[in-house]
Formats: sequence, C-alpha cells, structure tokens
Amino acid sequence: MFAYIVRRLVLMLVTLFGISVIIFVLLRIVPGNIVDILFAAAGYVDPADKAHLEHDLGLDQSIVMQYLHWIGGLARGDLGYSYVSEKPALDEILPRIPITARLAGLALMFSASIGIPLGVISAVHQGTRLDYALRVVSLSGLSLPSFWLGLLILMASVSLFGTMPIFNPHPKTWAEAIAIYCVPAMAVGFRSAALTMRITRSSMLEILRQDYIRTARAKGASEASINYRHALKNAILPVITVIGIEAAFLIGGLIVTETVFNIPGIARYLVEALRWRDYPIVQNLVMLIAVVVVFTNFTVDMLYAAIDPRIRYTD
Amino acid sequence: MAVVNYDSELRRAGAQATHGWRRLVFLAQRHLLGTIGLCIMLLFVCTAIFADLICRFDPLSIDSAHRLAAPGTLHWMGTDSFGRDVWSRIVHGARISLAVGIGSTALGSSIGVMIGLASGYLSGWVDLVFQRVTDILQALPLLVLALVMTAALGPSLPNVMLAIAIPLIPTVARVIRANTLALRELPFIEAAKSIGMSETRIALRHVLPNTIAPLIVLATAQLGSTILTEASLSFLGLGIPEPYPSWGRMLSESAVEYVRTAPWLVIFPGIAISLAVFGTNLFGDALRDILDPRQRG
Repeated sequence: MFAYIVRRLVLMLVTLFGISVIIFVLLRIVPGNIVDILFAAAGYVDPADKAHLEHDLGLDQSIVMQYLHWIGGLARGDLGYSYVSEKPALDEILPRIPITARLAGLALMFSASIGIPLGVISAVHQGTRLDYALRVVSLSGLSLPSFWLGLLILMASVSLFGTMPIFNPHPKTWAEAIAIYCVPAMAVGFRSAALTMRITRSSMLEILRQDYIRTARAKGASEASINYRHALKNAILPVITVIGIEAAFLIGGLIVTETVFNIPGIARYLVEALRWRDYPIVQNLVMLIAVVVVFTNFTVDMLYAAIDPRIRYTD
Repeated sequence: MAVVNYDSELRRAGAQATHGWRRLVFLAQRHLLGTIGLCIMLLFVCTAIFADLICRFDPLSIDSAHRLAAPGTLHWMGTDSFGRDVWSRIVHGARISLAVGIGSTALGSSIGVMIGLASGYLSGWVDLVFQRVTDILQALPLLVLALVMTAALGPSLPNVMLAIAIPLIPTVARVIRANTLALRELPFIEAAKSIGMSETRIALRHVLPNTIAPLIVLATAQLGSTILTEASLSFLGLGIPEPYPSWGRMLSESAVEYVRTAPWLVIFPGIAISLAVFGTNLFGDALRDILDPRQRG
C-alpha cells in the first residue's frame, strides 16, 4: 500500500510537470502578447517603448528562461504579477478561491441529494413509466447547457420578482444568500445530478440482480431495507467515483455559470485572463485546477480502500 | 471479449426479423427513446444540409428597421439587435454545430484510436509514454483545455475543432487500449501470428475492426459533449468568431442584456443546443445498449 501511494505521488508530480510545460508552451506559441494587445488598443507603437515594456515583464527572455523563472517562483510561493492589474497574482487569485469553492460545494451537495435518491427510485421501478420519465429527465440534465439554464433562471427571476440576483460577497439575509449562491449552484449541479442519477441507477440495477438481494427478500426483509441497507450500500462505490470526478471537473460548468451570474470566482477570472493574455494568472489558475483534479482523483482512489474492504492496493 | 450475435439476439427477443427492414423496425420499437434521438439527429442533419432552402432570410444581413422584432409571421423567431432573422441564424447555426461536433469527434477519435492501438498492442515504452501523455491531458477539464487551446490558436472554425478534439483523445485512447489488450490475448491473434502475419497487419486488419463497436458508442456519446463545448466556447467569446451564426455566440450576444427586453434571443438558440445534444444522447444510449450490452443500465 505504501509503495502504491509513493508511486501514485510520483506519477502525480510527472503529470503536473507535463501540464505546466504544455500550458506554458501553448500560451506562447501564438504570435502576440499582452504588450501587443495594449499597443494595438492604443493605436500607436513605439518600438522602444514596446521593447522596454517587454523587458519589464520579462517577455524578452527565452521561453526556457521564462519557464524556469515561473517554476522557480511557484516553488517559492511567488506566483508573479498580473500583467493587467499589476498586483501579485496570489493576491488576485486567493480571494476568489472561497467563492468558487462554495459554489462547487453547494453544486455537489445538490447533485448528490437529488441524483442518488432519483437513481435508486429509477432502478427500483425499472421499466415502468416513472423509470422512463426519470431517464428522460436525467438525459435532459446532460443536454442542457448550464449557461442556458442560468439564463433561464435569470429570465424567471425577472418575470417573477422584477429583478436579477446581483452578487454580493456579504449577503445580509438568508434569501439573498440563497439567491447569490444556491441558484447558480443549482444551475451547475443539475448536470452533475443527472450524471449521478444515471450511475446510481445502473449500479443499483447490477446489485439488485445479486443472489444476496434475493436471499434478503426470501428472509422477509422490507423493500426499503433491501434497497437502502443492502443494495445502495454496495452500489455507492461507482457513485462516489463519479461525484469525486465531478468535484474536480465541475470547474467547466462553473466557468460559464460564473460568467452568466457575474460571480467573481476563479472560473470567470480564468476567462478574463485568457482574453487579456495575462499569462501569470492563466498559468497559475490552470495549475491550480490541475492540482485540484489530480489530488481529487488520488483521494477518491484512497477512499475506495477505506470504504470497500475488498479493495487493497499493491504496487 | 463478448461478441454480440445479432441474429440469435433478435431471435431470443422474439423478433420475426428475417428481412433487413423488419429488423430495423424491431430495433426501433425496442429502443423507442433511441429512435426518437435518431429522428432528432436526422432532423438536425437535414436542417444543416438544406439550410439555404429552409431559411427565409440571409443569416448575416443586417436590417436596422426590424431590430429586436418579436416573433411573428415575418420573422418566426424574431430578430436580434442587428435586425438579423433568428430562425435563419439558428438554421445556419446547425451547420456550425454539426461541423464542429462531427469534425472534432472524428479527429479526436482517429488520433485516440491510433494512440490506443499502438499503446495496447506494442506495450513497453510506447505504452508508458502514451499513458503519461493521456494522464496529462485527462488532468484538465475538457472546457478548460479547450479554452486555453482556442485562446492560444485563435478563434476560427478549424482551430475550435482542433481545440475540442485534443481533449477527447485520452478517453478514446484508453478505451481502445483496454480493448486491444483484451483482444491481443485471444486465439485468433495467436493464429494470425503463427501464419507469419506482420504485427502492423494484425493490428490494422484484426484488432482494429474488433474495436469499432465500443468506438461507435463512445464517439456518439462524445458528439453531444463536443456540441456543448463549442456552444460554451462561443458563449464565452472564445469559440466561433463573427460573422458565423453559432448557437453559443447567439446566446452570448443576447445574454443578460436582453433577458428582460427580448427573451426570444435567449430561448430559441438554447432550445436548439439542448435538442441537438438531447438527440445525440438518446441515440448514443440506445446504440450502447445494442452494441455493448455489458454496459446496459
């Protein structure tokens, strides 16, 4: 087990190193940088001024030197400066993390609390009209773009209350807090709930065909006990995997949802930084996302062994 | 590796299906949701092909006299802030969505198949290198990687296709690799080796055709996801550039600003995206049930 964990940690470092190289090179293969954008916007290019600014930002160095400078800074906890705001990248990124984390957490809670019970109901009533209806609902959840769902929610809000929820980092009332965080979280979590429901359903169906479920039925156990105590307990492992993977990959949905609801989280900040070619911000945000994904996958794998005693990792 | 024998499957299911057409009817009745999905997909394909015949106005022509006109007899789905006909733009948008969907799925799947086949069949250092590359690509969410790639490559139709295709590669490569590893141990591969067939020929002539079923299932499932990703990229302003009438960009233009005054700009493009993805998801599910019964839910 120990050797397995060490091997996984080494592979994680290799993966993160690979991502850092890919992102760094990708952002620099295209001609033009922040200086070009600024000068193009100004409508006048003085080569001397341009060269001076590029020197100040370190853009006149070779790609390898720029990469080493960035990685060296990362190792020391120095993420560099934002090209746009000229503030330390860490100061720009840190305050945005709790906002996105709160949204992601709420979206996952919504996803699990809706997806798991509906998946169980769908499996237990397999082949009935209810099952068909729930399957269609889950497929709709996977088909609706979260930004469109967000826009529909805004439309409903306008027609019902005559106003739209505007982000406030310190909501004064519960109703305001719900509007600010829970509504966007539902828009993001709807897709995850649909996925969780589908996985719960198929996992439950597999378990419900097992002999020990027949035995439980034969000895007179109630349907609720069979479904929740015997079946769901054993069917939950793949569901945990999906929720874990979704936790890491929720950022995709958050990017568009934060944009629709104008929420100043890291997901929307990534899009803004990409538009401005604010390299230090993009690089560090992508690395942050990669670290979250890689560590979440690792944690889910470790959770397997903790939850299911049949699973033991060897090297 | 399970091999599905259609004739026996159909007979077991009670189908008197001796003729090709009857078989199709039987499968359509048995997989009603999948049939609905296929119909939706065909509707979109026909819309994309015959867009010039179906649309009533030039999707790019600006008509300032009819700015933000509500849906009516002249403009079925209203007009946008430039007076462009929304129906015509949605009809032409089908072309963009299908081109990106099919193009990036085909590109991502082709590269994924080559990597998966090489990785699974050759093993050794080739497998090790490809596995690390797929690990790296899989460590970033599809939209994040596609966003960074479109930002790097620049917004254009081929670049968006490429940007969406690359994140698809690892999933396809892993599925094909797993299938190849299973196939490699089967007797017919050993038989091919024993008669002196070259490794490349075995991989291409015997292993590859046997991975087609899971590939079709996967590609159909990914088609919906590519359409959604393109819409998201365009919505964020980093996808298909103007003047192409992309569904995602139509929502981006109309977003929040027109939620109050012109809700049709929000409703119709969203319905088009959702319906197209819904159709591919329904069809993909049915295809999975038919071609890969082991995954049947």
